[in-house]
Amino acid sequence: MNEQAVGGLYVFILATMVGLEIIRRVSPLLHTPLMSLTNAISAIAIVGSIGFAGSGEDPVVTILGSVAVFCSMVNITGGYLITYRMLSMFKRSKRSGE
Amino acid sequence: MIDAIVPFIGLAAAVSFVLGLRWMSAVPTARRGVLVGVAGMALAVIGALLRPEIIDYRFIAAALVFGTVIGVPMAMMPMTAVPQRTALSHSFGALAAALVGTAEFYLHAGSIEGGTMLALGLEVLLGSLTFTASLMAFGKLQELLPQRPITFRFQNYLNISLIVTAVMCVLLLAIQPQWTFLFPIIVILALSFGVLFIIPIGGADMPTVISLLNSYAGLAAAAMGFVLGNTLLIVAGALDGSSGFILSMVMSKAMNRSFTNILFGAFGQVQTKAASTESRPYRSASPADAADILKTAGKVVIVPGYGMAVAQAQHVVHELHDLLMKEDIDVKFAIHPVAGRMPGHMNVLLAEANIPYDRLIEMDEINGELPMTDVALVIGANDVTNPAARKDPNSPIFGMPIIDVDKAQTVMVVKRSMAPGFSGIDNDLYYMDNTLMIFGDAKSVVQQIVKAIGGK
Repeated sequence: MNEQAVGGLYVFILATMVGLEIIRRVSPLLHTPLMSLTNAISAIAIVGSIGFAGSGEDPVVTILGSVAVFCSMVNITGGYLITYRMLSMFKRSKRSGE
Repeated sequence: MIDAIVPFIGLAAAVSFVLGLRWMSAVPTARRGVLVGVAGMALAVIGALLRPEIIDYRFIAAALVFGTVIGVPMAMMPMTAVPQRTALSHSFGALAAALVGTAEFYLHAGSIEGGTMLALGLEVLLGSLTFTASLMAFGKLQELLPQRPITFRFQNYLNISLIVTAVMCVLLLAIQPQWTFLFPIIVILALSFGVLFIIPIGGADMPTVISLLNSYAGLAAAAMGFVLGNTLLIVAGALDGSSGFILSMVMSKAMNRSFTNILFGAFGQVQTKAASTESRPYRSASPADAADILKTAGKVVIVPGYGMAVAQAQHVVHELHDLLMKEDIDVKFAIHPVAGRMPGHMNVLLAEANIPYDRLIEMDEINGELPMTDVALVIGANDVTNPAARKDPNSPIFGMPIIDVDKAQTVMVVKRSMAPGFSGIDNDLYYMDNTLMIFGDAKSVVQQIVKAIGGK
């Protein structure tokens, strides 16, 4: 196994452990926005897709890459926006806010 | 120059994602978490765009613009449509992973090293199956497809053999990278598995399925990170994957199903134990009676179910809450983890109706308060209030955690009729001495109660 893959495995396992610890603490109140937020985060796949869409090497690769960029961009804009919108709806009651 | 900076931009983005999720632990900090995530994402995208190997910007620009044009309206949907939207975005994320994997394979087919091939195979496998499965889930949630589970003989054997064959093909391709003909077979098997996987699943199981698909979409992105040697992608995919995993666990626990049960797609099977046909006595009351009882209560717990959202009764329920609070009656909402069509769905539905979030209480916490509660008002919820889950070992839902409304002084249930819900299980709650049934559409019943209290 090459070094890069082993390094990747380190990162993957440690990031998963961090993820499990942090997400366990997320209030169940916010599980729906949590899902839309993580969905937007994983749209970071756009970074890889851009490399294919802009390489200019082969039309097939350009098209596959561009569609992937499009899909990721939908999730980035839509995901962050709806998460923010949902979170803005959560308000404290006036009485207990005093 | 830019090549030296990009890895650090990636690190900054990864940190911003972790911080953002950490801030989701409580409402007051949560929005900050979104903003820091957006900043990290923007940096990462700019970094990717500035890389020297990008020579053609036309298609990228078009995709970014088009993606924004579709993404923004998708964020403006009402909260009832959020589960559908989420399913659709899982399918977009999964498709992106599958397409990038395909592009990579197309470029280097035959000369891909074994370990990378394994990651690529998993990326395309998970991406493809999550793509079709999420589209199917979207179709069911949007009611484009029938909501009821469709089952046939040997269904599980067929599904398991499909996925096992696909995984074998991935392994073979990793061992023999020159056998490129295996690639389209993997894609086709995975796409079909995705469809067949969702067919036997009914509406009530959607929260679990959406969480599971969330996890798969994250793992597909992480696999893509392995293929491209991109650490940021591995981190983001791992975070998404672990989030989906935790939510699936929470959901399966709330429905009293084991995780293996879920992984093998055995859920959604209709419980065939017929409800007893003998008619048992129950008591009913009018909305005016309900108003009288509520007015004299000191502590009220409202148990909302998806039926409330279907009747669009959230806003009148908010009015009822305000009215009772004004009379110095303590009103709380009991939220079961699977209330709604996705994890936490009931909370956003009620928040959208302006109900303060400090009034939304989780099941475990509210159960301690129910014995001291004067009135429990059940609106559109059924199975999650059935005391048989606690008392009757023969009940199909025995062992499922429920909201203990039966322990309240008086229980009022707003329901259309005595007909059992879509699980087909009769609810013992309805026949208890301290239960009053109020028949009618949730919205109009609550409206009448509000009018009766307001009019005094």
